[in-house]
Amino acid sequence: MKPAPFEYYAPATMDEALALLAEHGYEAKALAGGQSLIPMMNFRLVQPSVLVDLNNIGGLAHITPGADGSLRIGALTRHNQVETSAVAEQYAPLIHFAMQKIAYPAVRTRGTFGGSLAHADPSAELPALCTALNGRFRLVSGRGERWVSADEFFISLFTTALEPDELLAEAEIPAMPPRSGWSLMETARRPHDFALMGVAAVVALDEQGRCADARIVFLSAGEKPMSAQKAAEALRGQSPSAEAIRAAAESAAANEIDPADDIHGTAKFRRHLANVLCRRALEQAFQRAAGKK
Amino acid sequence: MDRKYIGKRVVRNEDPRLLTGQAQFVDDVQFPGMLHAAFLRSEYAHARVLKVDVSKAREYPGVVAVFTAEDMGRDWFPGPPLVSPPPTVKDVIFHSRRQVPLVKDKVRHAGEAVAVVIAESRYIAEDAAEQIEVEYEPLEVVLDLEKALAADSPRVHDDLESNLAAQLFQKKGDYEAARKEAEVVIKRRIVIERGAAAAMENRGIVAQWDAKGRHLTVWDTTQAPIPIRNGLAARLGLSESQVRVIAPFIGGGFGPKIMMFYPEEMLIPWVAMKLNRPVKWIEDRRENFYATTQERGQVHDVEIALDRDGRILGIKDDFIHDTGAYDPYGLTIPINTQCHVMGGYDIKNFSSEFRVAFTNRIIATPVRGAGRPQGIFVIERMLDLAARELGMDAAEIRRRNLIQPHAFPYQHEIVDQAFAPLVLDSGNYPAVLDKALEMIGYEKFVKEEQPRLRKEGKYVGIAVAPFIETTGIGPYEGARVTVETSGRVNVATGIGTQGQGHFTSFAQVVAEQIGIKVSDVRVTTGDTSEFHWGTGTFASRGAVVAGNAVHAASSIVRGKILKLASKVLGAPEAELELEDGQVRIADIPQKSVSLGELAALANPLRGAVEPGTEPGLESTAYFGPQYGATAFGTHAMIVETDPETMMVKIRRYVVAEDCGTVLNPLILEGQIHGGVSMGLGNSYYEKLHYDENGQLLNASFADYLLVSSTEMPRIEVGHLETPSPLNELGTKGVGEAGAIPVPALFAQAVQNALHDRDFEILEMPLSPNGLFELLNKETE
Ligand SMILES: Cc1cc2nc3c(=O)[nH]c(=O)nc-3n(C[C@H](O)[C@H](O)[C@H](O)COP(=O)(O)OP(=O)(O)OC[C@H]3O[C@@H](n4cnc5c(N)ncnc54)[C@H](O)[C@@H]3O)c2cc1C
Repeated sequence: MKPAPFEYYAPATMDEALALLAEHGYEAKALAGGQSLIPMMNFRLVQPSVLVDLNNIGGLAHITPGADGSLRIGALTRHNQVETSAVAEQYAPLIHFAMQKIAYPAVRTRGTFGGSLAHADPSAELPALCTALNGRFRLVSGRGERWVSADEFFISLFTTALEPDELLAEAEIPAMPPRSGWSLMETARRPHDFALMGVAAVVALDEQGRCADARIVFLSAGEKPMSAQKAAEALRGQSPSAEAIRAAAESAAANEIDPADDIHGTAKFRRHLANVLCRRALEQAFQRAAGKK
Repeated sequence: MDRKYIGKRVVRNEDPRLLTGQAQFVDDVQFPGMLHAAFLRSEYAHARVLKVDVSKAREYPGVVAVFTAEDMGRDWFPGPPLVSPPPTVKDVIFHSRRQVPLVKDKVRHAGEAVAVVIAESRYIAEDAAEQIEVEYEPLEVVLDLEKALAADSPRVHDDLESNLAAQLFQKKGDYEAARKEAEVVIKRRIVIERGAAAAMENRGIVAQWDAKGRHLTVWDTTQAPIPIRNGLAARLGLSESQVRVIAPFIGGGFGPKIMMFYPEEMLIPWVAMKLNRPVKWIEDRRENFYATTQERGQVHDVEIALDRDGRILGIKDDFIHDTGAYDPYGLTIPINTQCHVMGGYDIKNFSSEFRVAFTNRIIATPVRGAGRPQGIFVIERMLDLAARELGMDAAEIRRRNLIQPHAFPYQHEIVDQAFAPLVLDSGNYPAVLDKALEMIGYEKFVKEEQPRLRKEGKYVGIAVAPFIETTGIGPYEGARVTVETSGRVNVATGIGTQGQGHFTSFAQVVAEQIGIKVSDVRVTTGDTSEFHWGTGTFASRGAVVAGNAVHAASSIVRGKILKLASKVLGAPEAELELEDGQVRIADIPQKSVSLGELAALANPLRGAVEPGTEPGLESTAYFGPQYGATAFGTHAMIVETDPETMMVKIRRYVVAEDCGTVLNPLILEGQIHGGVSMGLGNSYYEKLHYDENGQLLNASFADYLLVSSTEMPRIEVGHLETPSPLNELGTKGVGEAGAIPVPALFAQAVQNALHDRDFEILEMPLSPNGLFELLNKETE
């Protein structure tokens, strides 16, 4: 379990890093926390010939609130920095809450926000949560920069809108509207494992207590974060009764996810879990939105 | 008995070194010019090897040598048989097929070594191994145990008529007659699958050949350094005194580290001699999954017959055991299973035949529990089904069947791993059961709490599982105890240590005899230059067999001390007492002499040593038990399950254990905690998933779910002590105990929690997915 040979660069500036990526293209990989990349290299599942270590570049780790209630999180911000940040808790409570579900403390002190997004593991929390929260990402390259929404960023298994010469610099999570509520429900074999099934629900109520908006996004449910748009749409305008929630969960689990069989669970079991967890998540999110809990 | 050191919660002598990183492990051994090995392992589980082309690898910069089976020439031969079948059982069939250092004709499990690359670094060795080209002809794989034994199955060993490795029948009483009398007869098929031992430290070997001194030194993560030394000497054409094997600190053994010889264990010393350079091989985690032995795979067809009162009239259990590609370890595991199917119950009629199948999986050898958890799972599951059928309480049906205290020594009659009919030496089984029930508050829970919680919609369940553990078998171990002129005591024994706390518990045994601080006793284990008689650490026998050898040697040294001190102090021996490293006259404590002074006097520089005496305050003694001591315990737990997500949470876990005299409760509890964690793994987390091609799908800790701190319940341990009459210390083993009843307990608890669902757990390990499938069976 030793990696294949590679060249290692540790540039001190973003420009140098981007130049190296531009030069080496598909041969190169950025190294952030190394919690996904290094194991894959040790298993020789990936064999990049060039590693560009981002850890010496200043200014990439930050948690910055915006005047409009949004929150920006720099790519190199460690999971445990978010986990222990009061600002994150205030501005992006769902993201803050989710941190304790990501691996265990040792991994969280190394693993980064941007690394998790760029890695685009469909079982990871952050891609699903950023999707549920309508997040967007700033991508930079020698050619300039662009903002890409989470919906467009995640393309499929470990595949994103990032070009080989691009880096993800930061994520922006917009503020939730008033009377909003959120929930993240997961079933994992052990608390620190990637979830067998997980679902994030973000809802908002109108003044009459009806559902004004809902986002339901599953993780471990397909080749990317699986957004249950039809089920969410069906809730809109309805009062969030147990019946409506049950129907939404059932239809989301039945029609809008595509879980696979693996050694930890069959697709059938995962669908069953998706239904149970989605129901529980919607119940909790609506309760929070209504100011209970 | 009033004891000063034995039985006390003494903190471990070895911990300061271990906790500050000062303990030597095999991978800490470094030499200038050391080479590193990497193995090319078969990606197929079953394939003929047509061609191995290592030419590119040989040319890879930094590579020193590459060896295949062919390159070994006349030095290539299979490993020695480790354990033969019991000669005392009639009509036993046993075909011995042993692992090879490098594959010659065909590979028999995925991960079997085909070639070894020796290079300047492990990185280079792995890069070069990728350059080796092997032409395989894939063959149909043998995995399913029943199909393996069918006449039309492909064969793992072409020279055998079938995949039947062994067959053995044992009985007691007359099962068929008992069955006719029975009120209730229940028959089931029970399937238990493999898990890994997953020690924290993987295997490793460093070999150094001193060409001028003609001496080989091998550092090996083995549990049995002495047999390894003797075997290596024989294989390499050296005398035993030319080989020193050191088993330094080892991060866990659990059984697989006593498989002898692993291919790597034969090869690395051979390569070191051949190249005349030190060579290191450290197994990585992936190799550990593919190349280190595993256990547990069995399929049982069991039938139990009971009377109306829930008394067991008889059991018939026929099973198939998966030995994997070879069977160097003989029949230890299935025989242990056979011996544990009756548990601690008084059963008069028993019939059991097992067949052992060769399959295309890595070799099975004992893993903590070693066949016992399977036996206990079988009997406990059947008792649960019987209790349900009879409408009887789970604890009550067990109480009614336990062997009673007056029945010891109890003739169990089934031949055990030590090749003699098992005799249970001593115990008070009902008292241990009651202790566990009391600790967990069984009555109150069942009568009050459970009904209340169920009303609240909670799925809570309780379970109780008693078990026996055969331990402390022969042949023997030895120890040398020496009082040094510093006043400290040196102890050497031949067994290896993998975390059991021998440096402390043996020191306590010495201290009890010699009256010296536990921290002033230095224990050496597992270095053949220090002690070279013995077998190894296995079968929960360290504290029993080596412990009693230490005790015997210490008693003799105590005698020598008293004799000499009596002379020096001019007082009769009976008036002397040994305390704090001094020998004192009991009534005149100021008249004393220190152990150090006595040691100096016993080894004079001038004068004559009296004929018939020996110099020094030293003794070497051996202990071999008449037969193994059997421990008894009972675990109980309360769980809560979520019937929607299938998650199981353990709310309480209690253990009542009687392993005879307790040397150190702290160490004992540590053993139990570790055992329970392995048992929980076997229950709900740790399963090796092989696909239909014999590929292991979860060969990493990302997918092989080891029980971690977040799954471990707090464990409450209660001790009872029924000293074994088979040894002076009265000890019984406990190393494997913790793991044994857990799967049985877990299944019972989950069934009890989901009391209103119609399902039966007849497999281990379970998983949320497995539970989901069981609960949704009839709706399909
Ligand atoms: C034992 C264990 C358990 C885990 N459990 C979970 C879990 O439960 N949930 C979960 O979500 N995650 C889990 N993870 C993954 C963890 O969250 C990682 O931190 C994360 O997936 C990757 O982040 P990283 O900073 O380590 O990235 P790296 O491993 O350094 O990189 C991952 C990939 O992203 C690319 N990359 C990194 N940063 C950038 C960037 N700024 N721009 C462009 N590309 C970039 C790299 O080139 C590489 O391809 C676990 C990891 C481990 C080891």
